[in-house]
Amino acid sequence: MATYELTVNGRKQAVTADPGTPLLWVLRDELKMIGTKYGCGIAACGACTVHVGGVATRSCVVPVSLIGNRPIVTIEAIDQDPVGRAVQDAWVSHDVVQCGYCQSGQIMSAVALLNGNPKPTDKNIEESMGGNICRCGTYVRIREAIKMAAQQLA
Amino acid sequence: MSRNRTAVGLALLLTVGVGVFASSTQQREAHRASRTEGLAAWEQVRSVLVHPRCINCHTAVEYPQQGDARRRHFGNVVRGPDGHGVPGLQCGTCHQESNADSTGVPGSHNWHLAPLSMAWQDRNDKLLSSAAICRALTDRRRNHNMDGPALVKHNAEDTLVGWAWEPGRDIQGIPRTLPPLSRAEFAEATRRWVEAGMPCPQK
Repeated sequence: MATYELTVNGRKQAVTADPGTPLLWVLRDELKMIGTKYGCGIAACGACTVHVGGVATRSCVVPVSLIGNRPIVTIEAIDQDPVGRAVQDAWVSHDVVQCGYCQSGQIMSAVALLNGNPKPTDKNIEESMGGNICRCGTYVRIREAIKMAAQQLA
Repeated sequence: MSRNRTAVGLALLLTVGVGVFASSTQQREAHRASRTEGLAAWEQVRSVLVHPRCINCHTAVEYPQQGDARRRHFGNVVRGPDGHGVPGLQCGTCHQESNADSTGVPGSHNWHLAPLSMAWQDRNDKLLSSAAICRALTDRRRNHNMDGPALVKHNAEDTLVGWAWEPGRDIQGIPRTLPPLSRAEFAEATRRWVEAGMPCPQK
């Protein structure tokens, strides 16, 4: 076990964990931040996506020992970011969510997409969101919501 | 007296001529030997380049490969404009600065795909010929303008190249396979190939 000082949503928090523990379980079990979901555990579905150092990151496969001093942002604080706020508003406007389980990961990836590419094409959206799976099949609404958020932010 | 001087002069010319002929023959022999040795060294270099630890990120398509079977990378991962993926789905979305053996995700500094100009496979994921890979490697318009010494340094010292010999464990905890030469042998083979003038095979 080792102690790590993480910056999560702007707050420094010390956690004690085995170095190989995935960030997801540190967030959910140690810090009780359960907005980030466990989906597949092998980075194949995107449900666990958070931002680490500004990069959309699959928290289920990144051990806490490899985070270093990079800041972490989770779904709990994404509305404090103008892009995050616009994405969440667009999600509500388009009534994107069905069961909702994958949606925190979808939103985190969408925000990372718009931060890197403010005017994404359909192809850009497909490529950037291609690693986020939705069993309810809300892909069409997700794409429209991303376009709406891009327009709001333009 | 004059006849004697002419005879001496002719003999001298003949000696020099024979000497020059012998010397150029030796040079040709040495050059041939050097090329043969260089080609042998190249085949050693190539044996590493086409190993899955290396060639999986030297594709000619829009995605990297993974595993010894060189299957398409899962999760709809794409190359992106600079070989680092696309916003929201970058290489760094999973691959960190070092291997994550607890989860089976490989990692190293600056994890990314090689540029398309350095593809060592065709668009059907079939390996290019030894000659074609050699030409790609020696063409400075395609290889980030690396000359021979730069190629030796790249193969001997680059961190991401070095990952091939420290590839960690896969998701089942099984160590990933290694290239057929050690890193030191790979660097030495590259040096011998470069010293031989970087010869490429005909095919």
